[in-house]
Amino acid sequence: MDSAVDGPRQPPARAGSRLCTRCGERKAALKRPKTLEQICRECFYVVFEDEIHQTIVDNNLFKPGDRVAIGASGGKDSTVLAYVLSELNRRHKYCLDLFLLSVDEGITGYRDDSLETVKRNEIQYGLPLKIVSYKDLYGWTMDDIVKAIGLKNNCTFCGVFRRQALDRGAALLKVDKIVTGHNADDIAETVLLNILRGDIARLSRCTFITTGEDGPIPRCKPFKYTYEKEIVMYAYFKKLDYFSTECIYSPNAYRGFAREFIKDLERMRPRAILDIIKSGENFRISTTTRMPEQGTCERCGYISSQKLCKACVLLDGLNRGLPKLGIGRTKGIAGGDGDCEQQATRSERNRSSLQGKHGNFDF
Amino acid sequence: MHLTLEFGGGLELLLEKSTKVHKVDLQPNDGDGKVVMKGLLAWVKSNLIKERPEMFLKGDSVRPGVLVLINDCDWELCGGLDAELEEKDVVVFISTLHGG
Repeated sequence: MDSAVDGPRQPPARAGSRLCTRCGERKAALKRPKTLEQICRECFYVVFEDEIHQTIVDNNLFKPGDRVAIGASGGKDSTVLAYVLSELNRRHKYCLDLFLLSVDEGITGYRDDSLETVKRNEIQYGLPLKIVSYKDLYGWTMDDIVKAIGLKNNCTFCGVFRRQALDRGAALLKVDKIVTGHNADDIAETVLLNILRGDIARLSRCTFITTGEDGPIPRCKPFKYTYEKEIVMYAYFKKLDYFSTECIYSPNAYRGFAREFIKDLERMRPRAILDIIKSGENFRISTTTRMPEQGTCERCGYISSQKLCKACVLLDGLNRGLPKLGIGRTKGIAGGDGDCEQQATRSERNRSSLQGKHGNFDF
Repeated sequence: MHLTLEFGGGLELLLEKSTKVHKVDLQPNDGDGKVVMKGLLAWVKSNLIKERPEMFLKGDSVRPGVLVLINDCDWELCGGLDAELEEKDVVVFISTLHGG
């Protein structure tokens, strides 16, 4: 990208050359979706970073001395998160020990390439990197799993395994927290998806900035209020090195529709994204709705609302040559479908409370 | 009109050999010698995009979620589809829709 030199390019005389509404000096470079302000590149860096700092402070995301793992995929969000968090840690003296934590699902031509990006980030940002692989943790790569089960339901395996893999990697790093690059658009999308699936447990949880505080390692989302557009603009202006290829196995059509819908709404009214998050935050779940209750997996000890955690059930199926085991619709209140790993049956363990449900972190 | 077009964030995968940067020479075809973004998008669709044009375009504009910059300025500040291009302009398209 040779065209994008730092510093102001000589603007041609045209409609695009208005001044930044914040400094009034430099040429505006983007329109902020959140506020519709027109600001220059330098002011954008300042407000973008300050808002994330403010989110971190207002929500007490970290304590001095915390060891924090950044879930790093090599994609735009986690790359920008690693960059911004290292900056803020230095600038505001958070006194955090930061690590990059990546999961190698074993997807040839996709994850192997994106992990190369993370390895460059390790050097660029001076953050130690830990990679945990499905192969080591479960004995199966996603390539193996797809060979066994085909291209249907494979995302269920991947999602369940990844969630646990991040926790296991974080335990190996002995960190106090995991941060992920989920942004405002992602969260709005998840609110919608949870409504569409009737997944009440997740609906109430998916807007929390921190989840899993009762679990082994809490997770938080410093980009909860950060628009995807701004993350990508930031990465572009700063020339950050990120990887952008769609997973070769992942045409997650249902989520794709929700995503497209959100983007269409954003074009008409950019605030829609924050408003959906706000709606999600303010839902009050009726106290007669039964919620799954958290326990631990009898086999591996991971948090689970069932006797065996979903990863163990899926792994059982794979190892016994019955990969469909644990896949598919489960009877119950939360109507788990193929992509929904909670088997919320009306067992005696289900009671109605909203705290600390079911130990996973799909938001 | 000579333009430099750049495709990123995964959009390059829709183009021949996944080439990110394209130096192009565009003939204005509407008589008044102007090239506007709307015309450029149509030109890109018929001349550069090799597969899945729906990943890039929706209706007569880019697909929501694709960012456009003209000379490193958000096209929303330049008039969007009606933005007039000039000789040697650099237009960047970045998809935000690929994994994070």
